[in-house]
Amino acid sequence: MADDPLTIGDTAFTSRLIMGTGGAPSLDVLERALLASGTELTTVAMRRLDPSVSGSVLSVLNRHGIRVLPNTAGCYTAGEAVLTARLAREALGTDWVKLEVIADERTLLPDPVELLDAAETLVDDGFTVLPYTNDDPVLARKLEEAGCAAIMPLGSPIGSGLGIRNPHNFQLITERAGVPVILDAGAGTASDAALAMELGCAAVMLASAVTRAQEPVLMAEGMRHAVEAGRLAHRAGRIPRRHFAEASSPTEGVAALDPERPAFG
Amino acid sequence: MTSTATTTLSVNGEPRRVAAGLTLDRLVADFTTAPGGVAAALNEDVVPRGRWAQTPLGEGDRVEILTAVQGG
Repeated sequence: MADDPLTIGDTAFTSRLIMGTGGAPSLDVLERALLASGTELTTVAMRRLDPSVSGSVLSVLNRHGIRVLPNTAGCYTAGEAVLTARLAREALGTDWVKLEVIADERTLLPDPVELLDAAETLVDDGFTVLPYTNDDPVLARKLEEAGCAAIMPLGSPIGSGLGIRNPHNFQLITERAGVPVILDAGAGTASDAALAMELGCAAVMLASAVTRAQEPVLMAEGMRHAVEAGRLAHRAGRIPRRHFAEASSPTEGVAALDPERPAFG
Repeated sequence: MTSTATTTLSVNGEPRRVAAGLTLDRLVADFTTAPGGVAAALNEDVVPRGRWAQTPLGEGDRVEILTAVQGG
């Protein structure tokens, strides 16, 4: 929303939905899904150039003025991630990077030691670093102290669709963070995105939930609404949870009726 | 060394025989004519596009040529 921008580094965005581009059945479906999502910032991966591949995700992003956010997916060490970020900067002309340093193939969970090491190096090198991290409040603080422009904790493993497994940790992270906290990974459906925003996330990043949905374009639109709804609810301030009911109709002025003789017919 | 001398490189993980003294810009041109969106690393160091033409490749050099693809 225009009156409530998301600011990362020195850049303001109207949309709070960051999209990934992996997993789409075709470039055409991806393009329509990106448009339906309203995203202004979208990730790509850096891979070996294959001359036989036609059509480019970059041309889709350029066509619609969507800012590209290269990631370092597939890197297992700080060294690999730093080199990949530098190659992305050279190829795409952006010093923004979604930093991913994973520990193993099975969980795709971040390697916290390598991640922090890479983040420090890239910040020193002038990058705007958005790290994909565990939902660990301590690590989140250290990444922020290292100069990262945002913190991107996972709700659950990449592509799992298991939502936010530890909402309490998310709340601990969002309550004290001085930079935007962005749910990254785990969203399966719209309610997951709304919950992230209600927990104080500044934005949601997702790919599989849309690109692997049965109707990617519909899900993209759903996610856009969910992020907006969750953001509004967060700003509005929810009512406290109560153990017992609290009537919403007036308790005064109720008519004195004979409970033994209801006038049915 | 004659004009037919060749050099063997590793390009994107595949062995590749090229003319001796080939520069990086000519090698990349074999893969793509795209004016942007491509980066190259020589032996794990980024070579900026502006230096490709002044970067001759030697025996055993490892070249990675990367571009952006759908991901994340």
